[in-house]
Amino acid sequence: MDFLKKNIDKIVGIGAFLILALFSFRVVLFLTFSPPEENSFMATAYEGLGIEAAPVVDRPVEHPRQMEWSFDGRFGHFDKAAVRRGLQVYREVCSACHSLDLIAFRNLTEIGYSVGAAKAIAASYQITAGPDRFGDMYERPGILADTFPAPFDNPAAAAISNGGKAPPDLSLMAKARADGPNYIHSLLTGYVDAPVDFVPNSDTTTYNPYFDTWEIVMPPPLFDGFVEYEDGTEASVEQMSKDVTNFLMWTAEPNLEARLTMGFSVVLYSLVLTLLLFLSMKTIWRRLKP
Amino acid sequence: MAPKGKGTKAAPEQSVTRRDFIHILAGTVGGVGIGATIWPLVDQMNPSADILALSTTEVDLSQIEVGQSILVVWQKKPVFVRHRTQQEILEAEATPLSDLRDPQTDQARVEKPEWLIMVGICTHLGCIPLGERGDYGGWFCPCHGSHYDTSGRIRKGPAPKNLFVPDYVFVGDDKIIIGTTET
Amino acid sequence: MAGKKNTGIKGIIDWIDDRLPIFTLMDEYVGPAYQTPRNLNYWWNFGSLAGFCLIVQIITGIILAMHYNPSAAGAFESVEHIMRDVNYGWLMRYIHSNGSSLFFLVVYIHVFRGLYYGSYKAPRELLWMLGLLILVLMMATAFMGYVLPWGQMSYWAATVITNFFTAIPGIGEWIVEWLRGSFAVDNSTLNRFFSLHYLFPFLIVGVVILHIWALHTKGSSNPTGIDVKKGTADTIPFHPFYSIKDLFGIGVFIVVFAVFVFYFPNLMSHPDNYIQANPMSTPPHIVPEWYFLPFYAILRAFTMDISVFGVTLIDAKLLGVLAMFGSIILLFFLPWIDKSKVRSATFRPLYRIFFWVIVADLFLLGVAGAMPAEGLWIYLGQFGTAYYFLHFTVILYLLGKYEKTRPLPTSISEPVTK
Repeated sequence: MDFLKKNIDKIVGIGAFLILALFSFRVVLFLTFSPPEENSFMATAYEGLGIEAAPVVDRPVEHPRQMEWSFDGRFGHFDKAAVRRGLQVYREVCSACHSLDLIAFRNLTEIGYSVGAAKAIAASYQITAGPDRFGDMYERPGILADTFPAPFDNPAAAAISNGGKAPPDLSLMAKARADGPNYIHSLLTGYVDAPVDFVPNSDTTTYNPYFDTWEIVMPPPLFDGFVEYEDGTEASVEQMSKDVTNFLMWTAEPNLEARLTMGFSVVLYSLVLTLLLFLSMKTIWRRLKP
Repeated sequence: MAPKGKGTKAAPEQSVTRRDFIHILAGTVGGVGIGATIWPLVDQMNPSADILALSTTEVDLSQIEVGQSILVVWQKKPVFVRHRTQQEILEAEATPLSDLRDPQTDQARVEKPEWLIMVGICTHLGCIPLGERGDYGGWFCPCHGSHYDTSGRIRKGPAPKNLFVPDYVFVGDDKIIIGTTET
Repeated sequence: MAGKKNTGIKGIIDWIDDRLPIFTLMDEYVGPAYQTPRNLNYWWNFGSLAGFCLIVQIITGIILAMHYNPSAAGAFESVEHIMRDVNYGWLMRYIHSNGSSLFFLVVYIHVFRGLYYGSYKAPRELLWMLGLLILVLMMATAFMGYVLPWGQMSYWAATVITNFFTAIPGIGEWIVEWLRGSFAVDNSTLNRFFSLHYLFPFLIVGVVILHIWALHTKGSSNPTGIDVKKGTADTIPFHPFYSIKDLFGIGVFIVVFAVFVFYFPNLMSHPDNYIQANPMSTPPHIVPEWYFLPFYAILRAFTMDISVFGVTLIDAKLLGVLAMFGSIILLFFLPWIDKSKVRSATFRPLYRIFFWVIVADLFLLGVAGAMPAEGLWIYLGQFGTAYYFLHFTVILYLLGKYEKTRPLPTSISEPVTK
């Protein structure tokens, strides 16, 4: 109580500063996300300062739908069944165009495949290896140590076969986009007919309101029933998209569960240690005559 | 007069008081934390997961003719895989153990007598011995003159031990996996 | 030496100390012999916190360097190798990347403490300047470190920042090519940045030693800003009072650090840096790390050349670069700009208001730096920049000269009324 009385002005000062900072941050957020045509304050400000508003945009890029994922939050974990289904979607749909360079077949044991099952998946791929004793490259079945082979030999080959744009590698996609998992899921399920007044810049692209230029080179990759799930789950577009999102979150951050588990112990330990250090400090400082 | 703190230890004439308990407790808990922190700092230098995945190597034996050796890589080390001739096998089996610096029967060094698989690193100071050389029909290490016989056992020269035979297992008749005893 | 010699451990300590006085040094620097003002508040913890951050960065950095491949072809992959395959690699990487952000947060708070309490004033001017030198070295280190993962932001931030030097008239283009070792940011650039990024922290350690030496020469300042008399009731020994307080501060910091590393490891980084560098494709928004944002805003604030009769004297780009470096160089002269005899803002009611305003201004500049340079944000960035320079020149000078300060207490042991 004494502590409060002696330091009340500092507390009020810091508190006021924090409230002011948070408020101004919120105001700033509000201002930045409300262009002049939606916000009369901004419109007046622009006018008053004689600023020409940026060309009015007909529609903003859609923000991704916010979903609840098993890997969200302090106790996040991977729904391994969903991740395995997502792997199946990747193998049967996405791998035709997208590489997964950072995932090795040995990693599959982390999502519930036995060593034998992982070996079988590896062996189902032909990997270019060599050179052999005669100096030639040859093909052999994959082993656990191999990574997923890419569908194209190099970026130029990938671009030529895909409308001039190489399909990006998917290993880190969930972390390479803002709000990654929600973005991926919204994008995959978000293909709709373009609005009547939408003028596309290219005729080789498809309209997608979640993509930052609204025109995406990738045509809708998922259709209901496209994949027959091994575990019998019904393969709707929504389901496949959720599963592949779970899968891609795992490929991007395979150590997520270890990180959260260790985090719990470390934060708890640090709180205890800090408390002990606090008590130790108070004991020492009490020795001081006021 | 303000007390001149001389540290957290109590003055010599007093024993550890109840008040000091908190300091000892804080120090111990802190020490545990430091110890727990040390492990990741040390463990990160251990072989990483991708290296450990290469702990076995598969070798196709079908192309190796009798009397021919090939060199394969297992765990980044050279391994001699030799398809021995009948004469080499007989010589190896007939050698009395008393002639050997590092006594080992030939049978103890092979699964099938016609296939000799050993790590091609001289047990002296680590050079790679040359095959079909030396006074015993086996290998000769040019660095300091060690001679190995047709079973890869040291016969002459400074090397103390026979060439190391790794774990390996046959998968069928013409494939082996080096580095494990399980298929 | 006369007198009874100590035996055992104390004897060994005395033997070493007699020949190389490291124990006496430790005693005088962090031991019971160092007399410290008794009234230091928690804003005084941030110096030791900064030292803690430096040590953490060096240890995790050396470990990361054991696994990192500093080539344009292999860098991105090697960082992912660290994240996935190296034992605890993800932990080392997240500690290092978040540690760098928290290092800057701690150092900025430490600097603001100095501004508020007049720690830069005589006789601590050199201490202040050494601190600024540490900040400049940190900025260079952090910039080079961010390039190392060779993501999109790494590559394009390196391109933009090295492009600064084209602003230098005449030799600018040559300097940039010399810096990069190639016609564009390239493998040569990455290799040399790796070498220097490993070196600079040890230069920082050297300057930190000078910084602490300068501190101990005059002793710590304190929240009242008035001089303390050593050996009286004004001071207490550093050990155990401040050693334990610093440890407590480090404990609190570790809690915050752990929350970032384990729960929000990518909050302060940019998603584009998880895309491998592509020299043929510029990201839509190039943004530096948050701690560079105010300087980035100052850089972009200048949009008009200075020309006389149609002859360009200084073009806008050069103005921006000069202003950006100038904003830090100006701080070196602070002890001579602000001539107030009163150190601490506790007794400078008018200065105190302007202090919070400059904090808000830097916050505004930070946000402006993150926004695309369009519309209202151009004006806000220019206003913020103008105000920054106004504050550190005119406002501080006038305050120093004319402000009516509150009466100072005679000693820190006397109760101070607020």
